[in-house]
Amino acid sequence: MTIIDKTADIPAPRSGGPDDARLLEVRDLHVEFHTRDGVAKAVNGVNYSVDSGETLAVLGESGSGKSVTAQAIMGILDMPPGKIPQGQILYRGQDMLTMSNEERRKIRGQKIAMIFQDALSSLNPVLSVGYQLGEMFRVHQGLSRKQAKLKAIELMERVKIPAAKQRVGDYPHQFSGGMRQRIMIAMALALEPDLIIADEPTTALDVTVQAQVMDLLKELQTEFNMGLILITHDLGVVADVADKIAVMYAGRIVETAPVHELYKRPAHPYTRGLLDSIPRLDQKGQELYAIKGLPPNLLKIPSGCAFNPRCPKAEDICRTEIPALVPVSEQDGSELPGRGSACHFWKETIHG
Amino acid sequence: MPDVTETKTEAAVDAVAAPSAADAQSKDKPRSLWGDAWFDLRHRPMFWISSILLVLLLVIAAFPGLFTGANPRDGDLTNHFLTKPELGHLFQADWFGYDGQGRSIYARVVYGTRASIMVGVGVTAAVTLVGGLLGMLAGYFGGWLDSVISRVTDIFFGIPFLLGAMVVLNAFTDRKVYVVILALAFLGWTSICRVMRASVITAKQADYVTAARALGAGTPRILFRHVLPNALAPTIVVATIALGGYISAEATLSFLGLGLGEPTISWGIDIAQGSQDIRDNPHALLFPAGMLSLTVFAFIMLGDAVRDALDPKLR
Amino acid sequence: MAELDKTDGSMDATPNVTEVVSVGAVDETAAVAAIEAPVERGEPILQVRNLVKHFPLSQGILFKRQVGAVKAVDGVSFDLYQGETLGIVGESGCGKSTVARLLMALETATSGEVFYKGQDITRLSGRALKAVRRNIQMVFQDPYTSLNPRMTVGDIIGEPFDIHPEVAPKGDRRAKVQELLDVVGLNPEYINRYPHQFSGGQRQRIGIARGLALNPEIIICDEPVSALDVSVQAQVINLMEKLQDEFNLSYVFIAHDLSIVRHISDRVGVMYLGKMAEIGTDAEIYDHPTHPYTQALLSAVPVPDPEARERGERIILAGDVPSPANPPSGCRFRTRCWKAQDKCSTEMPLLAVPERFKGSDSPAAHESACHFAEEKDIVGAAS
Repeated sequence: MTIIDKTADIPAPRSGGPDDARLLEVRDLHVEFHTRDGVAKAVNGVNYSVDSGETLAVLGESGSGKSVTAQAIMGILDMPPGKIPQGQILYRGQDMLTMSNEERRKIRGQKIAMIFQDALSSLNPVLSVGYQLGEMFRVHQGLSRKQAKLKAIELMERVKIPAAKQRVGDYPHQFSGGMRQRIMIAMALALEPDLIIADEPTTALDVTVQAQVMDLLKELQTEFNMGLILITHDLGVVADVADKIAVMYAGRIVETAPVHELYKRPAHPYTRGLLDSIPRLDQKGQELYAIKGLPPNLLKIPSGCAFNPRCPKAEDICRTEIPALVPVSEQDGSELPGRGSACHFWKETIHG
Repeated sequence: MPDVTETKTEAAVDAVAAPSAADAQSKDKPRSLWGDAWFDLRHRPMFWISSILLVLLLVIAAFPGLFTGANPRDGDLTNHFLTKPELGHLFQADWFGYDGQGRSIYARVVYGTRASIMVGVGVTAAVTLVGGLLGMLAGYFGGWLDSVISRVTDIFFGIPFLLGAMVVLNAFTDRKVYVVILALAFLGWTSICRVMRASVITAKQADYVTAARALGAGTPRILFRHVLPNALAPTIVVATIALGGYISAEATLSFLGLGLGEPTISWGIDIAQGSQDIRDNPHALLFPAGMLSLTVFAFIMLGDAVRDALDPKLR
Repeated sequence: MAELDKTDGSMDATPNVTEVVSVGAVDETAAVAAIEAPVERGEPILQVRNLVKHFPLSQGILFKRQVGAVKAVDGVSFDLYQGETLGIVGESGCGKSTVARLLMALETATSGEVFYKGQDITRLSGRALKAVRRNIQMVFQDPYTSLNPRMTVGDIIGEPFDIHPEVAPKGDRRAKVQELLDVVGLNPEYINRYPHQFSGGQRQRIGIARGLALNPEIIICDEPVSALDVSVQAQVINLMEKLQDEFNLSYVFIAHDLSIVRHISDRVGVMYLGKMAEIGTDAEIYDHPTHPYTQALLSAVPVPDPEARERGERIILAGDVPSPANPPSGCRFRTRCWKAQDKCSTEMPLLAVPERFKGSDSPAAHESACHFAEEKDIVGAAS
């Protein structure tokens, strides 16, 4: 890495936490929103972790809690109405929810950065992109204006913005959607974070530009050995870049799996339904498989398994007992590392 | 497909909004947006306090005789400032004491309500009608009509409100309530016009308007069924808050001798007269001024409550 | 979906059309009569010829003067056959939504024609236009803004009957609305509810019911499922296919999701910067694309199959789509094309069956607007 001067006063990366700790671990996280109509339980006990160099894709539909979880990690939840009644968010073994504001601020922004879906509204329209990029260095590293500008140009070149020197003084609206998303990525990279959370980073972009941006993100991740949490609803994007996947539904993780396994043999009826509802060539002219019913109402999550009203496999137990996320194994009992399913009938789903 | 997913700022709202849409099944009643706003209003104490105050003021304005038997124009110089307020004498002529001409301040406060309320409601009605109509036309039709209306609005916006009203009213010798209403409305329609224009422009771009056009709907249908109902909320809020402002503008003008004149009874006139002997007899100023503040406050509070209830961000 | 004669896609077949135009002033009654005549299955019901829409860019406050134009649609031609689904794909700014608005006569075309049963609807007005509107309806992208939030579902679906009272007598309307709710899979008792009491997928069903109310022949769908959750998209697509069979509808299906377009379409047109780059049957476009843009688009789409990332060549285009206010000369795609040569900047390629494939019955012999049209092995989307 050439961009950042290592002598700058960033705390040593491993200060504090035990050495074997995961880069980021979310433990039993709960988030709820208090609204006029009641308490909306957006996240109900989420566990996941990500290591350096690893890409975790969090897959889910709107209201699944995938973005809320990310916001809780970044500390940008609106509280109130949001509330975190329970759970831990461990960065290298330290719980960010209990640490002092000062410590937390150091981690967020410098160690964990976020990329949003809508780059235009995430950038300040009245400041030049060069100024906004340089600001990171001025504030966090005390560089002079001139030095910061040079760094900004370097960053823009790093994310392959053509003619970076000429464009450093341009304003966000003068860039196209793809270029703005690159600037967002540059901004996230500026302080060389250990972890990037990308919330639907390419959803607002055109397909041909999407491919460029995802490619860039992947390349930078490998180069800097960063952890990446990719939040998306797009099964295609996930298949393209993820190492492991966590599928969320109604604020819970319903299935975890390495990427190849998930697409080959889903172990939860919801995942199976999602995969089946993708139009396939051999189904042309036939009815598409569709998950029946509606996404759950977070104010009134169905008892038992939240997916039970829409599930073709649902039985009585599904309506009364919340299934825990249990390890999934091969038919002969041999382990399937990294796989888990929160379904009472995962065996039937994966092997049936 | 930006709507599928949550962006940073919307996510919290989304997580809440998505279910409230889906929970239609659980609540088996139709809930219109106006109905929701009304539901919201009913749960705001501020709304009730201001409403009760305003209803009371309206009744006083309509039937002042119910509240006092004293004649506000009867001056008895034996009472000249001599009688201080008798706060125990509820609803009696001497409750608030007497003014410099020996008239019952309580009676004058009660009878002065009508002028203030009439000016406030009258100006607001006129302004909403004229400004709302012009704003609607400018916003909906755009083009040269919009250019003309907007430039005229700009010109009127450039005139200082009170100064302009003073100049206009100075031209009249007999300043009845309707004259003051017309003068204030003449200068005050611009803000409603702008608000209306902006919200009509927003509403007319909505897909449901396109859908209505695609069905072959004519301009009146689009305007009155689709655009107007969706553009009304901000105008209502601005009008309610402005109403208080018009009342105080009338009082200010009357205080300066350029608003309502005798024999009309107005808080502004009384404030002007009461301020002449403020040291020894502050009550002659205090009560009309207090009533004025209370009225203006009630309208502004109502406007605030309505705005909170209609705020689309909560929807 | 009935079998259509898919090879019959030639653009120069515009029978009767020229005669009607040459008459000049269109007789309104004759126009209405023509509009009400039925069209045989497999015959063209909508013929689009050289459609152009330029949005003027103007400056100045009181006196506006034109300083340029956004060439949103710049010479697009295609046919829609009765009973078929024509998919139109392309990225943002390619003009596909403007085409939809032009087909609906919601915008006035700068030039070009849209023939509906021989009538050029871009020049119609009054009674004749109203008659056309009965037969061409639209389903919108965003179910959250396409329904008036202050009207009940009954009023929204019933509004077409208020505008066209001849379709349903007053007393029947409520029953009709409830029937429509039932047709799109909603509980008819929801008639008095408001749109915000429904989820996105349900709202889209309401929008479809409104589109169906007048018994149209053509429905223009502008990204009808892209705002919906993945698990709900399939439901809506199934509904639309069911309705097509039931009511004998023709769809123009505009979307950017290539796999959904392939699933629902009989023929597909690919648009780029206001022009049609390639058009053909779904198999021709998806399996044998000859235009480099189509190839890049298909290969850029992330495939929901992790194996795909390891195999095949993937084309990643450089740069962004140029501004439609200032499109490149010659071929619109040349600034991002790996095959571009001098010819591409000087000569605009026409949409036609490429010379080298003429007369061949290979699936590559379909209309493609490229000087160097050829097949290429790519990682195909949705295949």
